[in-house]
Amino acid sequence: MLQVPLDSLHRELGAKMVPFAGYDMPVQYPSGIIKEHLHTRTAAGLFDVSHMGQLVVSGPGTTAALEALVPVDLAALPVHKQSYALLTNDDGGVRDDLIITRWGDEEYFLVVNAACKEADIQYLRDHMPEQIFRLLPDHGLLALQGPLAREVLSAHVPELAQLPFMQGLSAHLAGAEVYVTCSGYTGEDGFEISIPAAAVEAIARLLLDHPAVAAAGLGARDSLRLEAGLCLYGHELDATVTPVEAGLMWSVSPSRRARGERPGGFPGAAIMFRQQTEGVTYKRVGLTVSGRRPVRDGQQVLSSDGVAVGVVTSACYSPSLELPIAMARIDASFAEPDLQLLVDVRGKQVPVTVTKMPFVPQRYYRG
Amino acid sequence: MSQTPAELKYASSHEWVRREEDGSITVGISDHAQDALGDVVFVELPDLGAQLAASDEAGVVESVKAASDVYAPVSGEVIAVNEVLEDAPETVNSDPYNDGWFYRLQPSDASEYEKLLSAEEYDAQCAEES
Repeated sequence: MLQVPLDSLHRELGAKMVPFAGYDMPVQYPSGIIKEHLHTRTAAGLFDVSHMGQLVVSGPGTTAALEALVPVDLAALPVHKQSYALLTNDDGGVRDDLIITRWGDEEYFLVVNAACKEADIQYLRDHMPEQIFRLLPDHGLLALQGPLAREVLSAHVPELAQLPFMQGLSAHLAGAEVYVTCSGYTGEDGFEISIPAAAVEAIARLLLDHPAVAAAGLGARDSLRLEAGLCLYGHELDATVTPVEAGLMWSVSPSRRARGERPGGFPGAAIMFRQQTEGVTYKRVGLTVSGRRPVRDGQQVLSSDGVAVGVVTSACYSPSLELPIAMARIDASFAEPDLQLLVDVRGKQVPVTVTKMPFVPQRYYRG
Repeated sequence: MSQTPAELKYASSHEWVRREEDGSITVGISDHAQDALGDVVFVELPDLGAQLAASDEAGVVESVKAASDVYAPVSGEVIAVNEVLEDAPETVNSDPYNDGWFYRLQPSDASEYEKLLSAEEYDAQCAEES
Protein backbone atom coordinates (compact mmCIF):
# COMPACT_ATOMS: atom_id res chain seq x y z
CA MET A 1 0.00 0.00 0.00
CA LEU A 2 1.39 3.41 -0.98
CA GLN A 3 1.40 6.27 1.49
CA VAL A 4 0.59 9.91 0.84
CA PRO A 5 2.96 12.58 2.27
CA LEU A 6 0.36 13.43 4.93
CA ASP A 7 -0.03 9.87 6.20
CA SER A 8 1.22 10.60 9.73
CA LEU A 9 -0.86 13.78 10.02
CA HIS A 10 -4.01 11.87 9.00
CA ARG A 11 -3.32 9.30 11.73
CA GLU A 12 -2.57 12.05 14.25
CA LEU A 13 -5.95 13.62 13.41
CA GLY A 14 -7.66 10.26 14.04
CA ALA A 15 -8.57 9.51 10.43
CA LYS A 16 -10.08 6.20 9.43
CA MET A 17 -7.69 5.04 6.71
CA VAL A 18 -8.91 2.82 3.87
CA PRO A 19 -7.22 1.41 0.78
CA PHE A 20 -8.13 3.44 -2.32
CA ALA A 21 -6.47 3.04 -5.73
CA GLY A 22 -3.41 1.50 -4.09
CA TYR A 23 -3.04 4.22 -1.44
CA ASP A 24 -3.90 4.34 2.24
CA MET A 25 -6.35 7.26 2.27
CA PRO A 26 -8.44 9.01 4.95
CA VAL A 27 -12.12 8.24 4.36
CA GLN A 28 -13.19 10.30 7.37
CA TYR A 29 -11.96 11.94 10.57
CA PRO A 30 -13.55 11.54 14.03
CA SER A 31 -16.22 14.20 13.40
CA GLY A 32 -17.71 12.01 10.65
CA ILE A 33 -18.70 12.38 7.00
CA ILE A 34 -21.87 14.44 7.57
CA LYS A 35 -20.14 17.09 9.71
CA GLU A 36 -17.14 17.26 7.35
CA HIS A 37 -19.50 17.66 4.41
CA LEU A 38 -21.57 20.43 6.03
CA HIS A 39 -18.44 22.19 7.25
CA THR A 40 -17.19 22.31 3.65
CA ARG A 41 -20.53 23.77 2.49
CA THR A 42 -20.51 26.47 5.19
CA ALA A 43 -16.79 27.19 5.90
CA ALA A 44 -13.80 25.32 4.42
CA GLY A 45 -12.74 21.68 4.20
CA LEU A 46 -9.17 20.56 3.59
CA PHE A 47 -8.87 17.40 1.47
CA ASP A 48 -5.74 15.41 0.75
CA VAL A 49 -5.95 14.20 -2.85
CA SER A 50 -2.27 13.39 -3.22
CA HIS A 51 -3.16 9.98 -4.67
CA MET A 52 -4.16 11.65 -7.93
CA GLY A 53 -1.70 11.59 -10.82
CA GLN A 54 0.15 14.82 -11.59
CA LEU A 55 2.29 15.17 -14.71
CA VAL A 56 3.66 17.77 -17.07
CA VAL A 57 3.77 17.24 -20.83
CA SER A 58 5.90 19.52 -22.95
CA GLY A 59 7.99 19.92 -26.09
CA PRO A 60 7.32 21.19 -29.62
CA GLY A 61 3.97 20.02 -30.97
CA THR A 62 2.42 19.23 -27.56
CA THR A 63 -0.73 21.27 -28.21
CA ALA A 64 -1.50 19.42 -31.43
CA ALA A 65 -0.54 16.03 -29.98
CA LEU A 66 -2.84 16.48 -26.94
CA GLU A 67 -5.65 17.83 -29.10
CA ALA A 68 -5.57 14.53 -31.02
CA LEU A 69 -6.50 12.76 -27.76
CA VAL A 70 -8.97 15.14 -26.05
CA PRO A 71 -11.93 17.11 -27.47
CA VAL A 72 -10.70 20.45 -26.16
CA ASP A 73 -9.59 23.56 -28.04
CA LEU A 74 -6.20 23.76 -26.38
CA ALA A 75 -4.88 26.11 -29.06
CA ALA A 76 -7.33 28.72 -27.76
CA LEU A 77 -6.63 28.03 -24.06
CA PRO A 78 -4.67 30.91 -22.50
CA VAL A 79 -1.63 30.15 -20.34
CA HIS A 80 -2.67 29.40 -16.70
CA LYS A 81 -6.25 28.61 -17.76
CA GLN A 82 -7.56 25.11 -17.21
CA SER A 83 -10.05 22.86 -18.91
CA TYR A 84 -11.91 19.75 -17.84
CA ALA A 85 -11.18 17.11 -20.47
CA LEU A 86 -12.07 13.56 -21.42
CA LEU A 87 -9.58 11.06 -22.78
CA THR A 88 -11.90 9.37 -25.24
CA ASN A 89 -11.48 6.00 -26.97
CA ASP A 90 -12.29 4.87 -30.51
CA ASP A 91 -15.74 3.64 -29.42
CA GLY A 92 -16.62 7.09 -28.11
CA GLY A 93 -16.18 5.86 -24.53
CA VAL A 94 -14.05 7.48 -21.85
CA ARG A 95 -10.59 6.28 -20.73
CA ASP A 96 -10.43 8.84 -17.96
CA ASP A 97 -11.45 12.38 -17.12
CA LEU A 98 -8.78 14.89 -16.22
CA ILE A 99 -7.95 18.55 -15.71
CA ILE A 100 -5.52 20.17 -18.15
CA THR A 101 -3.80 23.45 -17.24
CA ARG A 102 -1.80 25.29 -19.83
CA TRP A 103 1.60 26.22 -18.40
CA GLY A 104 3.21 27.53 -21.58
CA ASP A 105 3.00 27.56 -25.37
CA GLU A 106 3.81 23.88 -25.48
CA GLU A 107 3.62 22.89 -21.84
CA TYR A 108 0.61 21.41 -20.00
CA PHE A 109 0.00 20.29 -16.42
CA LEU A 110 -2.34 17.30 -16.16
CA VAL A 111 -4.15 15.92 -13.11
CA VAL A 112 -5.62 12.46 -13.67
CA ASN A 113 -7.54 9.95 -11.57
CA ALA A 114 -5.50 7.84 -9.14
CA ALA A 115 -6.96 4.55 -10.36
CA CYS A 116 -6.22 5.42 -14.02
CA LYS A 117 -2.85 7.09 -13.76
CA GLU A 118 -0.59 4.18 -14.79
CA ALA A 119 -2.78 3.39 -17.80
CA ASP A 120 -3.15 7.09 -18.70
CA ILE A 121 0.58 7.73 -18.63
CA GLN A 122 1.26 4.65 -20.76
CA TYR A 123 -1.44 5.69 -23.24
CA LEU A 124 -0.19 9.28 -23.44
CA ARG A 125 3.43 8.20 -23.91
CA ASP A 126 2.39 5.75 -26.64
CA HIS A 127 0.40 8.40 -28.50
CA MET A 128 2.76 11.32 -27.95
CA PRO A 129 6.18 9.71 -28.52
CA GLU A 130 7.83 13.05 -29.34
CA GLN A 131 6.74 14.75 -26.13
CA ILE A 132 8.64 15.13 -22.87
CA PHE A 133 6.89 13.72 -19.79
CA ARG A 134 7.70 14.88 -16.31
CA LEU A 135 5.82 12.91 -13.66
CA LEU A 136 5.29 14.51 -10.27
CA PRO A 137 5.04 11.59 -7.82
CA ASP A 138 7.10 13.77 -5.46
CA HIS A 139 4.23 16.28 -5.27
CA GLY A 140 1.21 16.19 -3.02
CA LEU A 141 -2.16 17.74 -3.90
CA LEU A 142 -4.36 19.46 -1.32
CA ALA A 143 -7.84 20.83 -1.99
CA LEU A 144 -9.21 23.66 0.15
CA GLN A 145 -12.92 23.92 -0.61
CA GLY A 146 -15.81 25.98 0.66
CA PRO A 147 -17.14 29.55 0.91
CA LEU A 148 -14.30 30.60 3.25
CA ALA A 149 -11.49 28.92 1.27
CA ARG A 150 -10.68 32.12 -0.62
CA GLU A 151 -10.38 34.23 2.51
CA VAL A 152 -8.20 31.62 4.23
CA LEU A 153 -5.81 31.01 1.35
CA SER A 154 -5.51 34.59 0.12
CA ALA A 155 -4.28 35.60 3.59
CA HIS A 156 -1.13 33.65 2.64
CA VAL A 157 -1.20 34.22 -1.13
CA PRO A 158 -2.76 37.68 -1.72
CA GLU A 159 -2.54 37.39 -5.51
CA LEU A 160 -5.23 34.71 -5.61
CA ALA A 161 -7.90 36.87 -3.95
CA GLN A 162 -9.53 37.42 -7.36
CA LEU A 163 -8.43 34.21 -9.11
CA PRO A 164 -11.45 32.98 -11.12
CA PHE A 165 -12.70 29.42 -11.54
CA MET A 166 -10.49 27.22 -13.77
CA GLN A 167 -7.42 29.45 -13.60
CA GLY A 168 -4.09 28.89 -11.85
CA LEU A 169 -0.93 30.66 -10.69
CA SER A 170 2.50 29.86 -9.24
CA ALA A 171 2.95 31.05 -5.69
CA HIS A 172 5.05 30.80 -2.55
CA LEU A 173 3.27 29.27 0.39
CA ALA A 174 5.01 28.52 3.70
CA GLY A 175 8.34 28.86 1.93
CA ALA A 176 7.51 26.35 -0.78
CA GLU A 177 6.98 26.80 -4.51
CA VAL A 178 3.40 25.69 -5.20
CA TYR A 179 0.91 25.82 -8.05
CA VAL A 180 -2.59 26.89 -7.06
CA THR A 181 -5.68 26.51 -9.23
CA CYS A 182 -9.21 27.69 -8.54
CA SER A 183 -10.91 24.35 -9.01
CA GLY A 184 -12.26 21.40 -7.10
CA TYR A 185 -14.73 18.60 -6.86
CA THR A 186 -17.30 19.87 -4.38
CA GLY A 187 -19.33 22.49 -6.28
CA GLU A 188 -17.95 25.17 -3.94
CA ASP A 189 -15.46 27.93 -4.54
CA GLY A 190 -12.03 26.61 -3.65
CA PHE A 191 -8.52 25.72 -4.66
CA GLU A 192 -6.29 22.81 -5.44
CA ILE A 193 -2.65 23.23 -4.45
CA SER A 194 0.15 21.16 -5.96
CA ILE A 195 2.98 21.03 -3.42
CA PRO A 196 6.45 19.41 -3.24
CA ALA A 197 6.07 16.40 -0.92
CA ALA A 198 8.43 17.78 1.72
CA ALA A 199 6.25 20.88 2.22
CA VAL A 200 2.79 19.26 2.20
CA GLU A 201 2.58 18.73 5.94
CA ALA A 202 3.70 22.26 6.85
CA ILE A 203 1.10 23.73 4.48
CA ALA A 204 -1.65 21.40 5.70
CA ARG A 205 -0.92 22.36 9.32
CA LEU A 206 -0.83 26.06 8.41
CA LEU A 207 -4.27 25.82 6.78
CA LEU A 208 -5.74 23.63 9.53
CA ASP A 209 -4.61 26.21 12.10
CA HIS A 210 -7.27 28.56 10.76
CA PRO A 211 -10.49 28.15 12.77
CA ALA A 212 -12.58 28.04 9.56
CA VAL A 213 -10.73 25.00 8.21
CA ALA A 214 -11.43 21.38 9.11
CA ALA A 215 -9.93 18.23 7.62
CA ALA A 216 -12.36 16.33 5.40
CA GLY A 217 -11.93 12.84 3.98
CA LEU A 218 -12.78 10.98 0.80
CA GLY A 219 -16.24 10.13 2.19
CA ALA A 220 -17.26 13.79 2.31
CA ARG A 221 -15.56 14.43 -1.03
CA ASP A 222 -17.81 11.79 -2.60
CA SER A 223 -21.06 13.13 -1.11
CA LEU A 224 -20.08 16.72 -2.02
CA ARG A 225 -19.36 15.85 -5.65
CA LEU A 226 -22.58 13.86 -5.92
CA GLU A 227 -24.65 16.80 -4.60
CA ALA A 228 -22.82 18.96 -7.16
CA GLY A 229 -23.83 16.52 -9.94
CA LEU A 230 -20.21 15.71 -10.86
CA CYS A 231 -19.21 12.39 -12.43
CA LEU A 232 -16.85 9.88 -10.85
CA TYR A 233 -14.77 7.76 -13.20
CA GLY A 234 -15.63 4.08 -12.78
CA HIS A 235 -19.18 4.99 -11.73
CA GLU A 236 -20.83 7.44 -14.16
CA LEU A 237 -17.98 7.16 -16.68
CA ASP A 238 -16.09 4.23 -18.16
CA ALA A 239 -14.76 2.91 -21.44
CA THR A 240 -18.29 2.00 -22.59
CA VAL A 241 -20.08 5.27 -21.72
CA THR A 242 -19.92 8.11 -24.22
CA PRO A 243 -19.90 11.83 -23.29
CA VAL A 244 -23.30 12.14 -24.98
CA GLU A 245 -24.78 9.47 -22.71
CA ALA A 246 -23.05 10.97 -19.66
CA GLY A 247 -24.35 14.47 -20.45
CA LEU A 248 -20.79 15.78 -20.81
CA MET A 249 -20.86 17.21 -24.35
CA TRP A 250 -20.44 20.65 -22.73
CA SER A 251 -16.83 19.58 -22.15
CA VAL A 252 -16.26 19.30 -25.91
CA SER A 253 -15.06 22.74 -27.05
CA PRO A 254 -17.49 24.40 -29.51
CA SER A 255 -14.80 24.60 -32.21
CA ARG A 256 -14.37 20.81 -32.09
CA ARG A 257 -18.04 19.86 -32.23
CA ALA A 258 -19.81 18.61 -35.37
CA ARG A 259 -20.59 22.16 -36.55
CA GLY A 260 -17.40 23.73 -35.20
CA GLU A 261 -14.54 25.30 -37.17
CA ARG A 262 -12.40 22.20 -36.86
CA PRO A 263 -14.78 19.38 -36.00
CA GLY A 264 -13.59 16.07 -34.56
CA GLY A 265 -9.98 14.98 -34.71
CA PHE A 266 -10.16 13.08 -31.42
CA PRO A 267 -10.94 9.38 -30.78
CA GLY A 268 -14.61 8.43 -31.10
CA ALA A 269 -15.70 11.80 -32.56
CA ALA A 270 -17.83 10.27 -35.33
CA ILE A 271 -19.74 8.10 -32.85
CA MET A 272 -20.43 11.04 -30.54
CA PHE A 273 -21.59 13.26 -33.40
CA ARG A 274 -23.89 10.53 -34.68
CA GLN A 275 -25.36 10.02 -31.20
CA GLN A 276 -26.01 13.75 -30.97
CA THR A 277 -28.22 13.68 -34.06
CA GLU A 278 -29.72 10.19 -33.71
CA GLY A 279 -30.09 10.14 -29.92
CA VAL A 280 -28.76 7.72 -27.32
CA THR A 281 -30.11 4.60 -25.64
CA TYR A 282 -28.96 5.53 -22.14
CA LYS A 283 -28.59 8.77 -20.23
CA ARG A 284 -27.14 9.84 -16.90
CA VAL A 285 -29.76 11.23 -14.54
CA GLY A 286 -30.07 12.36 -10.94
CA LEU A 287 -32.49 10.59 -8.60
CA THR A 288 -34.04 11.89 -5.39
CA VAL A 289 -35.17 9.14 -3.05
CA SER A 290 -38.53 9.27 -1.25
CA GLY A 291 -38.19 8.31 2.39
CA ARG A 292 -35.01 7.64 4.31
CA ARG A 293 -33.95 4.25 2.98
CA PRO A 294 -30.76 4.82 0.96
CA VAL A 295 -30.23 3.28 -2.46
CA ARG A 296 -26.74 2.02 -3.40
CA ASP A 297 -24.73 1.90 -6.59
CA GLY A 298 -25.26 -1.25 -8.62
CA GLN A 299 -28.95 -1.50 -7.68
CA GLN A 300 -31.51 -1.78 -10.47
CA VAL A 301 -33.73 1.13 -11.51
CA LEU A 302 -37.28 0.10 -12.47
CA SER A 303 -40.11 1.90 -14.23
CA SER A 304 -43.23 2.55 -12.14
CA ASP A 305 -44.66 -0.73 -13.49
CA GLY A 306 -41.58 -2.67 -12.41
CA VAL A 307 -39.65 -3.05 -15.71
CA ALA A 308 -35.84 -2.74 -15.42
CA VAL A 309 -34.73 0.54 -17.07
CA GLY A 310 -31.22 1.08 -15.71
CA VAL A 311 -28.78 0.96 -12.84
CA VAL A 312 -27.68 3.24 -9.98
CA THR A 313 -24.08 4.42 -10.59
CA SER A 314 -23.47 6.45 -7.40
CA ALA A 315 -25.54 7.06 -4.31
CA CYS A 316 -25.23 8.71 -0.93
CA TYR A 317 -27.12 10.33 1.87
CA SER A 318 -27.17 14.05 1.04
CA PRO A 319 -26.21 15.94 4.22
CA SER A 320 -27.34 19.26 2.66
CA LEU A 321 -30.79 18.02 1.57
CA GLU A 322 -31.14 15.50 4.43
CA LEU A 323 -32.34 12.74 2.13
CA PRO A 324 -30.76 10.03 -0.01
CA ILE A 325 -29.77 10.96 -3.58
CA ALA A 326 -28.22 9.07 -6.48
CA MET A 327 -27.08 9.16 -10.06
CA ALA A 328 -28.15 6.46 -12.49
CA ARG A 329 -27.66 5.34 -16.07
CA ILE A 330 -31.14 4.72 -17.43
CA ASP A 331 -33.06 4.15 -20.64
CA ALA A 332 -33.13 7.60 -22.28
CA SER A 333 -36.93 7.50 -22.71
CA PHE A 334 -37.26 7.60 -18.89
CA ALA A 335 -34.78 10.45 -18.42
CA GLU A 336 -37.52 13.04 -17.83
CA PRO A 337 -37.29 15.37 -14.81
CA ASP A 338 -39.99 14.65 -12.20
CA LEU A 339 -40.68 11.17 -13.58
CA GLN A 340 -41.37 8.66 -10.80
CA LEU A 341 -39.26 5.49 -10.88
CA LEU A 342 -38.33 2.73 -8.42
CA VAL A 343 -35.04 1.31 -7.20
CA ASP A 344 -34.84 -2.33 -6.17
CA VAL A 345 -33.11 -2.22 -2.76
CA ARG A 346 -32.57 -5.88 -1.85
CA GLY A 347 -36.09 -6.79 -2.91
CA LYS A 348 -37.80 -3.64 -1.60
CA GLN A 349 -39.01 -1.19 -4.23
CA VAL A 350 -38.01 2.31 -3.15
CA PRO A 351 -39.70 5.24 -4.96
CA VAL A 352 -37.35 7.77 -6.58
CA THR A 353 -37.87 10.88 -8.71
CA VAL A 354 -35.73 11.87 -11.70
CA THR A 355 -34.16 15.18 -10.65
CA LYS A 356 -32.29 17.89 -12.53
CA MET A 357 -28.69 18.24 -11.37
CA PRO A 358 -26.84 19.69 -9.58
CA PHE A 359 -28.80 18.72 -6.48
CA VAL A 360 -27.14 21.63 -4.66
CA PRO A 361 -26.29 24.81 -6.62
CA GLN A 362 -22.64 25.16 -7.68
CA ARG A 363 -21.00 28.29 -6.29
CA TYR A 364 -17.91 28.81 -8.40
CA TYR A 365 -16.18 32.20 -8.35
CA ARG A 366 -16.15 33.50 -11.90
CA GLY A 367 -14.53 36.87 -11.19
CA MET B 1 -11.64 4.33 22.36
CA SER B 2 -14.96 2.55 22.26
CA GLN B 3 -16.65 1.65 25.52
CA THR B 4 -18.15 -1.73 26.29
CA PRO B 5 -20.47 -1.78 29.32
CA ALA B 6 -19.65 -4.77 31.54
CA GLU B 7 -23.30 -5.43 32.50
CA LEU B 8 -24.29 -6.29 28.90
CA LYS B 9 -23.75 -9.38 26.77
CA TYR B 10 -22.62 -9.27 23.15
CA ALA B 11 -23.00 -11.25 19.94
CA SER B 12 -19.97 -11.77 17.73
CA SER B 13 -21.96 -9.95 15.01
CA HIS B 14 -21.66 -6.75 17.15
CA GLU B 15 -25.12 -6.55 18.77
CA TRP B 16 -25.39 -5.91 22.49
CA VAL B 17 -28.04 -7.60 24.65
CA ARG B 18 -29.52 -6.44 27.96
CA ARG B 19 -31.73 -8.73 30.09
CA GLU B 20 -34.60 -6.72 31.57
CA GLU B 21 -36.29 -7.40 34.91
CA ASP B 22 -39.36 -8.87 33.18
CA GLY B 23 -37.21 -11.46 31.39
CA SER B 24 -37.36 -9.73 27.97
CA ILE B 25 -34.13 -8.74 26.29
CA THR B 26 -33.24 -5.49 24.57
CA VAL B 27 -30.96 -5.46 21.51
CA GLY B 28 -28.83 -2.71 19.96
CA ILE B 29 -25.49 -2.41 18.22
CA SER B 30 -22.24 -1.83 20.09
CA ASP B 31 -20.28 1.40 20.30
CA HIS B 32 -17.55 -0.35 18.35
CA ALA B 33 -20.09 -1.18 15.60
CA GLN B 34 -21.54 2.33 15.36
CA ASP B 35 -18.03 3.77 15.25
CA ALA B 36 -17.02 1.41 12.44
CA LEU B 37 -20.18 2.22 10.46
CA GLY B 38 -19.90 5.99 10.77
CA ASP B 39 -22.91 8.30 10.53
CA VAL B 40 -26.08 6.18 10.61
CA VAL B 41 -28.77 7.53 8.25
CA PHE B 42 -31.38 4.73 8.24
CA VAL B 43 -32.38 1.79 10.41
CA GLU B 44 -34.76 -0.95 9.33
CA LEU B 45 -36.25 -2.74 12.35
CA PRO B 46 -37.99 -6.14 12.49
CA ASP B 47 -41.81 -6.28 12.48
CA LEU B 48 -43.59 -6.39 15.81
CA GLY B 49 -44.63 -9.96 16.53
CA ALA B 50 -41.97 -11.45 14.24
CA GLN B 51 -40.54 -14.77 15.44
CA LEU B 52 -36.76 -14.69 15.09
CA ALA B 53 -34.30 -17.55 15.47
CA ALA B 54 -30.81 -16.80 16.78
CA SER B 55 -28.61 -15.45 13.95
CA ASP B 56 -31.63 -14.55 11.77
CA GLU B 57 -31.45 -11.22 9.98
CA ALA B 58 -33.34 -8.76 12.14
CA GLY B 59 -32.96 -5.54 10.22
CA VAL B 60 -30.50 -3.32 8.40
CA VAL B 61 -28.48 -0.35 9.53
CA GLU B 62 -27.37 2.02 6.79
CA SER B 63 -24.56 4.52 7.25
CA VAL B 64 -23.47 7.18 4.78
CA LYS B 65 -21.04 4.61 3.42
CA ALA B 66 -22.69 1.19 3.52
CA ALA B 67 -25.56 -1.08 4.52
CA SER B 68 -25.01 -3.70 7.23
CA ASP B 69 -27.33 -6.44 8.39
CA VAL B 70 -28.31 -6.69 12.03
CA TYR B 71 -28.82 -10.20 13.44
CA ALA B 72 -30.93 -11.62 16.27
CA PRO B 73 -28.53 -12.58 19.08
CA VAL B 74 -31.07 -15.03 20.56
CA SER B 75 -34.38 -16.59 19.46
CA GLY B 76 -37.70 -15.04 20.39
CA GLU B 77 -40.67 -12.85 19.51
CA VAL B 78 -40.26 -9.15 18.76
CA ILE B 79 -42.33 -7.32 21.41
CA ALA B 80 -41.16 -3.72 20.89
CA VAL B 81 -39.17 -1.65 18.38
CA ASN B 82 -37.50 1.73 18.90
CA GLU B 83 -39.59 4.04 16.71
CA VAL B 84 -37.35 6.99 17.57
CA LEU B 85 -34.80 5.59 15.10
CA GLU B 86 -37.20 6.14 12.21
CA ASP B 87 -36.78 9.92 12.36
CA ALA B 88 -33.54 10.12 14.34
CA PRO B 89 -31.28 7.28 13.17
CA GLU B 90 -28.26 9.30 14.35
CA THR B 91 -29.26 8.30 17.92
CA VAL B 92 -27.46 5.02 17.17
CA ASN B 93 -24.20 7.03 16.96
CA SER B 94 -24.82 9.37 19.87
CA ASP B 95 -26.21 6.89 22.42
CA PRO B 96 -25.76 3.30 21.21
CA TYR B 97 -26.43 1.60 24.58
CA ASN B 98 -29.48 3.56 25.72
CA ASP B 99 -31.69 5.70 23.46
CA GLY B 100 -30.19 4.01 20.40
CA TRP B 101 -31.62 0.55 21.21
CA PHE B 102 -33.15 -1.34 18.24
CA TYR B 103 -35.82 -3.78 19.46
CA ARG B 104 -36.94 -5.97 22.37
CA LEU B 105 -37.43 -9.74 22.26
CA GLN B 106 -39.30 -12.20 24.47
CA PRO B 107 -36.67 -14.97 24.37
CA SER B 108 -37.79 -18.52 23.68
CA ASP B 109 -34.62 -20.26 24.89
CA ALA B 110 -32.98 -18.86 28.02
CA SER B 111 -29.79 -20.88 27.47
CA GLU B 112 -28.90 -18.86 24.36
CA TYR B 113 -28.38 -15.71 26.44
CA GLU B 114 -25.81 -17.47 28.59
CA LYS B 115 -23.76 -18.38 25.52
CA LEU B 116 -23.29 -14.75 24.42
CA LEU B 117 -19.95 -12.99 24.88
CA SER B 118 -19.01 -11.03 27.99
CA ALA B 119 -17.78 -7.46 27.54
CA GLU B 120 -14.24 -8.68 27.98
CA GLU B 121 -14.62 -11.44 25.39
CA TYR B 122 -16.27 -9.02 22.96
CA ASP B 123 -13.47 -6.45 23.35
CA ALA B 124 -10.93 -9.19 22.69
CA GLN B 125 -12.78 -10.10 19.48
CA CYS B 126 -12.83 -6.46 18.33
CA ALA B 127 -9.12 -6.09 19.07
CA GLU B 128 -8.45 -9.19 16.98
CA GLU B 129 -10.53 -7.87 14.04
CA SER B 130 -8.84 -4.48 13.91
